[in-house]
Amino acid sequence: MKRLLATYSWLVFAFLYLPIAVIVVLSFNDSRFGVSWTGFTFKWYEALLENRRIGEYLGNTLVVAFSSTLVSTVLGTLLAIGIVRYEFRLRSFLRYLLYVPVVVPDVVMGISLLLLFDTVRDSIGWPRLSLFTIILAHISFQIAYVTLVVRARLMMLDPALEEAARDLGADNWRTFWEVTLPLTWPGVVAGALLAFSLSLDDFVVTFFTSGAGSTTLPLYIYGKVKTGITPEVHALSTLMVGATILTLVLGVLFWRRR
Amino acid sequence: MNEAATPWQRARRLLVTVGPGAFWLIVFVLLPSVLVFVASLLSRSSTGSLAPPWGLHNYVRFFSEPLFWEIVGRSLWVGWWATVFTVLLGYPLAFYIAAHRYKQVLLLLVVIPFFTNFLIRVYAWIILLQREGLVNALITAFGLPPADLFPSTLAVYLATVYTYLPFLVLPLYAAVERIDWNLLEAAYDLGATPVRGFWEAIFPQTVPGLFAGFLLTFIPAVGTFVIADLLGGGKITLIGNLIQQQFGSAQNWAFGAAISTILMLMVLLGLWLYARSQGERGLDELV
Repeated sequence: MKRLLATYSWLVFAFLYLPIAVIVVLSFNDSRFGVSWTGFTFKWYEALLENRRIGEYLGNTLVVAFSSTLVSTVLGTLLAIGIVRYEFRLRSFLRYLLYVPVVVPDVVMGISLLLLFDTVRDSIGWPRLSLFTIILAHISFQIAYVTLVVRARLMMLDPALEEAARDLGADNWRTFWEVTLPLTWPGVVAGALLAFSLSLDDFVVTFFTSGAGSTTLPLYIYGKVKTGITPEVHALSTLMVGATILTLVLGVLFWRRR
Repeated sequence: MNEAATPWQRARRLLVTVGPGAFWLIVFVLLPSVLVFVASLLSRSSTGSLAPPWGLHNYVRFFSEPLFWEIVGRSLWVGWWATVFTVLLGYPLAFYIAAHRYKQVLLLLVVIPFFTNFLIRVYAWIILLQREGLVNALITAFGLPPADLFPSTLAVYLATVYTYLPFLVLPLYAAVERIDWNLLEAAYDLGATPVRGFWEAIFPQTVPGLFAGFLLTFIPAVGTFVIADLLGGGKITLIGNLIQQQFGSAQNWAFGAAISTILMLMVLLGLWLYARSQGERGLDELV
């Protein structure tokens, strides 16, 4: 029984990794077509480096990911603290509102933001669909995830620690900086990492809120899949997978050290 | 929370912590949802933009054409079966991970593909299933004729199961971790067979996690357009594809907004049923 469960589980792991492994292997394959192995090469990586447009798309992707993560982490952390620490009238309403970006299918999220930007632009002539609107859109779903992750961490904390700080004469500001934030920090970092990778990964919401000149890597890959893939895409995908694994492992190491 | 706070201090603290986030959620989550509903009551102008007359005509159109019923039915059908297959793969896996010595590492192994770019994962299935792909290479190695695996409905199912497997495993794993195994001992003491012991002592304890995982898989599987778009070769239209077409090539935003509203209502109905069966805390299990 145990053996059977182990075999089954490792087959599922194989199912999870086979597609990724195939892309990684193909990125080093000399052949331009098909999947037959014709020799080891770095030429697709060289081609990738020489492709200036991909550099631009990578830049766009990173600008969006960094700025949206920064804003959503600050707003989400504050929101989580407020929701956990204070009683107020809109609290349960906000708790439900937080689940909306998590459960609503991303097509609906994408078109609803498109409608918002379009309606506002029709009345005040701004904003044009651009990197800026993508950033606004990403923050809108990231806030919910950051808040939920930080909230989970805050609920594990003992409120007596903050009371003790106040009893020792610390004001609110000092209590926040010296007690609450350091104890919540792993949650904040986890929330930020999640927000960052959600932004890097997002295709659907970006698809609806991007305009001319704001192509990101996922949009580029989508276009390539529809029109015909070149082996550079394998190299690009492999690098992205590598970056993902690196980020995750660093995140886990950080989490465990705390 | 400290007794010395005046109402003014209290208001200021709320304004600083909750204020900005709440403002953002109201402007960028709540308001757009309202706009979708408002747009669904409008019509398409000759230039393709939203315009009066107002009315329920988009909904009437949706519900009076059998084609659209068929698309909703197909979305639910594909979502349901994809989720069932995901459960079949994920349920034993959650038990295996929870009992493993290096469960943290195994959990990370489940999470890595989930954090790997969604489009790359979908694209990987094209590579595997195309005519000259690995799967066909295996099939022909056994002396069988190559199969048309891409584009196909099978490809859509495979990629959907593959994409959402981590969504199912994570909440399920959380439930399996919390299982009280003493109940199984008790069941055995009372003379239960292993099958009955599992079914009556263990399985019920995993149901909350199973429900959460089911919902987290089913909702996006019903709503996605990318997988069917890229792997179905335009042969499979799901409700997500329909919405995307209305906002894209068809340029009928009002009708697209009506379909989005219908999809939203379907999701909310599912969540409401879930919350009713799991109680208020049930929603927190989802994340």
